[in-house]
Amino acid sequence: MSEDAMTKSAELSYAMRTGALGRRLRLGWYYLIANPNLLIGMVLLLVLVAFSLGGQIFWDTRLAYPLSAPVAQPPMPGHPFGTDTAGRDLLAVMILGTVLTMKVGLIAGAIGVAIGTLLAFAAGFYGGWVDRIVRTVVDIVLTVPGLLVLIILASTLQGIISSTSMALVIAALAWREPTRQIRSQVLVMREAEYVKMARMSGSRGWQIILFDMIPNLLPYLGATLVAAVAGAVLASVGLEALGLGPRQEPTLGMTVYWMMTESAFVRGLWWWIIEPLIVLIILFVGMYLVSIGLDEFANPRLRKRT
Amino acid sequence: MPWVPIVKRVIMLFVVIIAAASINFVLPKLAPKNPVEDKIMEHAENGAQMNDISGLVAAYNEKFGLDKPIMVQYFNYLEGLATFDLGYSITFYPTKVSDMILNALPWTIGLVFTSTIIAFLLGSVLGALVAWRNSARIIKYLVPGFMVLAALPYYLLGLVMIYLFAFIWRIFPLSGGYSMFAIPSMDWSYIADVLHHSLLPALSIVLTSVGTWALAMRGMMVTVQGEDYMVYAEANGIGPVRRFLGYGVRNAMLPQITTLALHIGHIAGGAVLVERVFGYPGLGMVLFQAIEGADYFVIYGVVLMIIVMVALAMFLMDLLGPVIDPRVKL
Repeated sequence: MSEDAMTKSAELSYAMRTGALGRRLRLGWYYLIANPNLLIGMVLLLVLVAFSLGGQIFWDTRLAYPLSAPVAQPPMPGHPFGTDTAGRDLLAVMILGTVLTMKVGLIAGAIGVAIGTLLAFAAGFYGGWVDRIVRTVVDIVLTVPGLLVLIILASTLQGIISSTSMALVIAALAWREPTRQIRSQVLVMREAEYVKMARMSGSRGWQIILFDMIPNLLPYLGATLVAAVAGAVLASVGLEALGLGPRQEPTLGMTVYWMMTESAFVRGLWWWIIEPLIVLIILFVGMYLVSIGLDEFANPRLRKRT
Repeated sequence: MPWVPIVKRVIMLFVVIIAAASINFVLPKLAPKNPVEDKIMEHAENGAQMNDISGLVAAYNEKFGLDKPIMVQYFNYLEGLATFDLGYSITFYPTKVSDMILNALPWTIGLVFTSTIIAFLLGSVLGALVAWRNSARIIKYLVPGFMVLAALPYYLLGLVMIYLFAFIWRIFPLSGGYSMFAIPSMDWSYIADVLHHSLLPALSIVLTSVGTWALAMRGMMVTVQGEDYMVYAEANGIGPVRRFLGYGVRNAMLPQITTLALHIGHIAGGAVLVERVFGYPGLGMVLFQAIEGADYFVIYGVVLMIIVMVALAMFLMDLLGPVIDPRVKL
């Protein structure tokens, strides 16, 4: 990143805290133009959010369940996205599926970042034996392929799992990367002058964490959250595609699962194939772009050196 | 040889393997109802004509001895694992889980190994070219494209490729590891058939992981270009190709091996789904069929097997690192 952009981002974060609303919006817009990854990613995600929220208002989402429409019809008036072999209206499925899939990702990602933040501060701020234990445990669990452990968890719960309980299952492993990433930030920040200052002026540990460190970490926590949500969505869609998801709920991954199980390829049901793929691609690319865009915002120094 | 770090890594390897095995042992016992017993009871109630289920029940009782104290059960279980005894498939009794795994293993290793190596080499060269000062402009546009592809899970790109190349244009088969009527043998037509079937799955892994390697390599290459030996090589009149490959890539590539070790778990998990999408007859397909049939011994066996293999691969790469690159410390 150039010097210029770095001062800009410092100026921006100051103005965002102090400026009037109109000025804040204008500065935010300038920043977005300078950070196209963030802009394009946000646009993609907003399109999906608008689609799923607008769809819930203007379309009957009860049609997303079996036997509510004629079977395996291509797009036609009344069912603009076509229907699947169980008689689900695919427009309703896409609307509800986007909501449910995002919900799973948000719950699991938020829990993961919350646990990760707690562990990271316990380890990075206080240090000592807590740090040694947390670091060793994180190093070990990070080597285990997460999806496979989740397969064991989810297959034990097979049949009784809902989208919410699946989010909890995924959260069981979603704290690993956030803990490691936030801990390394805490280690750096612990040595910052203002933290030393607060310590010298007699603030307690929790006061420093809450009032001095967390506010300064917020952009970084945001970037970590987006990455964690993306990871959780990845895991949930993967589990669902293997048939370990909530069978009663029309999530995007379950749609991929039903599409493959009912051999949509052999039967030539092209609309059933491309619709979940397009929604998932927009979702994954959007989350990816937002997460690298936020990374640039949170840590300008890490930006591309070429 | 630095023995202390090696011993540490060996201990960590065993901790991972025993922890994974313990999760496999404990989880079914914590669940509201024991799925394994339920499944066996269900088979028993449906009548024993179904492939001698009473034999399975007897084997299950003997092996897990549910009347014995839990610690005894646990040690019996670990003892079984140490001898690669993973029990029997419930659906295909009396087929052993270990045999099912051994049959599928070559397919998975072939697919994952070749596609990972190709992606690794291709990504490293592309990443190095992006950082290299006077490389073609097209590469500077190619790499960001691969980066966006890297946001997608392997199997999702796999589905897109099936849709395009097998469904619309019909150049490649829809699924499977070889044609339905092919006779497995070592002649050319069979090998060509297998390659034809494995191209799309391999390509979906390669295309979605090239970006990750390219990004890491770009960073390394930028650092390497600033080193004194690069200036020295140029001053000595060494040509650009040799400077790029022998001085730049060679030095920047070695740390990538550490990154590769970190990614193996991710690749293994992704490959399981790729196999399911392509109906490829490896461990992922065995796992998927076991999930469909609630065949718990097979699920647990396959998952445990992959976790152990990943742990072993990472262990080996950690040991190899300092051998290949003297700058790396264990």
